[in-house]
Amino acid sequence: MIDPREIRRIVLEQSMRAHVGHIGCSLSVADILAALYSGAMRIASPEDPDRDRFVMAKGHAALALYAALHLRGWLPRGELERFCTGRTLLGVHPVAQLRGVDFSTGSLGQGLSYGAGAALAARLQGSGRRVFVLMSDGECDEGAVWEAAMFASHHRLGALVAVVDRNGQQAFGMTEDVLGLEPLGERWRAFGWDVHEADGHDPAAIAAAVARMDGAAPAPHVLLARTVFGRGVSFMERRIKWHYWPMSEEEYAQAMGELVGGRR
Amino acid sequence: MRKAFFDGLARVAQDDGRVLVLTGDLGFNFLEPLRDRFPGRFFNAGVAEQNMTGVATGLAEAGFIPFVYSIVPFAVMRPYEFIRNGPIVHRLPVRIVGVGGGVEYANNGPTHYGLEDLGLLRTQPGIAVIAPADGRQARNALLATWDTEGPVYYRLGKDDRLEVPGWDGAFAPGRAETARAGADILVISTGAITAEAAAAADALAARGVGCELLVVASLRPAPVEDLARRLARHRVALAVESHFAWGGLGSLVAEVIAEGGIGCRLVRCAIRETPDGVVDDEQAMMRSCGISRDALVATALGALG
Repeated sequence: MIDPREIRRIVLEQSMRAHVGHIGCSLSVADILAALYSGAMRIASPEDPDRDRFVMAKGHAALALYAALHLRGWLPRGELERFCTGRTLLGVHPVAQLRGVDFSTGSLGQGLSYGAGAALAARLQGSGRRVFVLMSDGECDEGAVWEAAMFASHHRLGALVAVVDRNGQQAFGMTEDVLGLEPLGERWRAFGWDVHEADGHDPAAIAAAVARMDGAAPAPHVLLARTVFGRGVSFMERRIKWHYWPMSEEEYAQAMGELVGGRR
Repeated sequence: MRKAFFDGLARVAQDDGRVLVLTGDLGFNFLEPLRDRFPGRFFNAGVAEQNMTGVATGLAEAGFIPFVYSIVPFAVMRPYEFIRNGPIVHRLPVRIVGVGGGVEYANNGPTHYGLEDLGLLRTQPGIAVIAPADGRQARNALLATWDTEGPVYYRLGKDDRLEVPGWDGAFAPGRAETARAGADILVISTGAITAEAAAAADALAARGVGCELLVVASLRPAPVEDLARRLARHRVALAVESHFAWGGLGSLVAEVIAEGGIGCRLVRCAIRETPDGVVDDEQAMMRSCGISRDALVATALGALG
């Protein structure tokens, strides 16, 4: 089992060392990734052709993905330590050249289409593998998300699972102030999806929700994971500047202290 | 040439189950036989070209070879970033098939023209860009490239009767093909307008002006050596394309001349104005754009002085 606190610790360590931002959104998805990479997704190895596929549609939280890959043993510590440092495959956004990354992402609104194609491919190949797409809620502003949503439900792609990191924030404001998404669950339902909701900081609840999704069902599944932006570091929670800013030494010390102190 | 291409594709699909076809809701009265013959491998993705391109990327990652079809502007311009971040960045064998380049969709108006597709995709080193001259070359180009690594863009003319007379439609990636021999002027053409260029070459020959016609269907990989060798033998060259004058064939030839230090004057016969909304049939559109056969003859004679 992956401890989400270990994902958060790596996110803080590496973003501090490399002096880069996108910390808040990486903390937001730590528990989701912990659940997915602790068994909700079936991945015997990144080379197994029948492994479940994963699309980090919100590519800007790739550091949390790198942490999960490291904790699964697929990304050596030495490589992880190269995050945003010199010549490296570990950039702010993930690339498929890196072991364990199935799709290069970073441009919002494209990942769900990749996932729909991957799920259709699984069906055509008679494979029971599933496809997981981790999206940001702000990403749902993109029209192409809804093109993909229509395609997936029309083709009854039950092997497709979208997880929306519903932290209510986007790059320059609150989602409901910028371009209102609610009623988000109703919208997905109206597009023909099987809609689930869960506490996005409870890995057991996330795993249970995924377990309830039938890969052979006649509809794709979406999990609206209620999360808090910056979760686990009190001064980052719900603060948009942590979409961008790196930490100072003092902030880093406080943040690590909070993690060690047992807060998630 | 569209029919020749898809007849070839049906044969390829028959032999290789990796081949899939996706259309952006176009192909009425044309794609039905393919749909009916391969029902499990044909998908109408709806009027949603961005998603169609992303879906093709996901399919290709799993080992399929998806052919994605629409009219040029909707196949290339609408989903351009999906093409870049999808098959190009992932180096996957997605095939973008655009029909009706240039002003082929004449009466349909500016939204349906494809005036910048070659330039947009030629700036991307990771995708092959192929604009066949006629049906035979379209079929040959398909058979030569359908299973190559990485993505391919095919720009197809929609006129199935179009043919460059007296030429076999040969194609090889990175090569230019000679369709007419002549020593006085070099005419270089790409895509469906090549039939016009051939007619102009024949009209020039009838006036005693020897015209060499070079067909460049493979814009990427570019036939740099073939072009340099031919350009070095002429003092005047015309680059003919149903495309804006910037970014496409004319720019490619200019690059070869400049980087090779070749002493040949280039005249780009291409479209230079944003469409003004006045529509007509394709021949009339080409006349008004200065790329009809008569205009090409006049331009050639003027350039030779």
